[in-house]
Amino acid sequence: MSEDRLSRVFAALADPTRRDIVARLAVGDATVSQLAAPYDVSIQAVSKHLKVLEDAGLVSRSQDAQRRPRHLEAEVFDMMTAWIERYRRQAEDRYRRLDAVLASMDDDTKPKIREPTINKGAAS
Amino acid sequence: MSTNATNEARTRETTIEADPSLPTIRIIRDFDAPREKVFRAWIEPELVAQWLGPKSTTMRIDQWDARTGGNYRYAALQDGEEIAAFYGSFHEVRPNERLVQTFTWEGMPDGVSLDTMTFEDLGDGRTRTIGLSVVDNFEARDAIMASGMEVGVYEGYEKLDALLAQS
Repeated sequence: MSEDRLSRVFAALADPTRRDIVARLAVGDATVSQLAAPYDVSIQAVSKHLKVLEDAGLVSRSQDAQRRPRHLEAEVFDMMTAWIERYRRQAEDRYRRLDAVLASMDDDTKPKIREPTINKGAAS
Repeated sequence: MSTNATNEARTRETTIEADPSLPTIRIIRDFDAPREKVFRAWIEPELVAQWLGPKSTTMRIDQWDARTGGNYRYAALQDGEEIAAFYGSFHEVRPNERLVQTFTWEGMPDGVSLDTMTFEDLGDGRTRTIGLSVVDNFEARDAIMASGMEVGVYEGYEKLDALLAQS
């Protein structure tokens, strides 16, 4: 499911080492040992991080069977950008309704002291 | 449409920031109304009901006590049917300045968002609202941002839908 995939993407990016790996792959493809070099961790640990990124669809392995350099799937970021844009549009729609409400309000700007609204008949 | 109006619309468009390292969402929007008026539209139930609910739904307010320590519950209705309900507390109601609420969708009862709304006076009868929502994990944020995906389809999103369906 699409939402699961997006959750995996966000979970994968929640880790600072993985974000760093993504940032480096954004510059160009790199092998596991190249990626591991700057970190004080084992190749196995970096491989584990790469597995999470691969499972999220953020990173793929290139065809070069010998070195198997990893490649960043930039399309996933386009998808996230578009997804955030859709959420933004919904918020904008809501706020346009608020614009209309504000335009229709009188100029009495003093907040009224209100008794709580309890709609007893509604809940059941 | 005049250039002036276009510029105005551009500066007012909603801005969203989803921090990649923290499970937060920040929503910023400017309004052509004084701060007191914007604040009222946020706390008076008759006004809130006119804009807050999801598109193409009616908002039914079951409980609304917009005072520090008060609480609220409301439901979204579609053709008279309840499709979602939300509740929370008013942690702080600081008139015209700040509104802090908790927010839970009853469909995900373990999830709670802490929403802080700040109202900034921009002068000239204009107001900027900055909403910051904090949840406790990325999955919860994703669920919030994905909510309403089934409601309101916009032109140009078919491509995104196709892309999402691939996985």
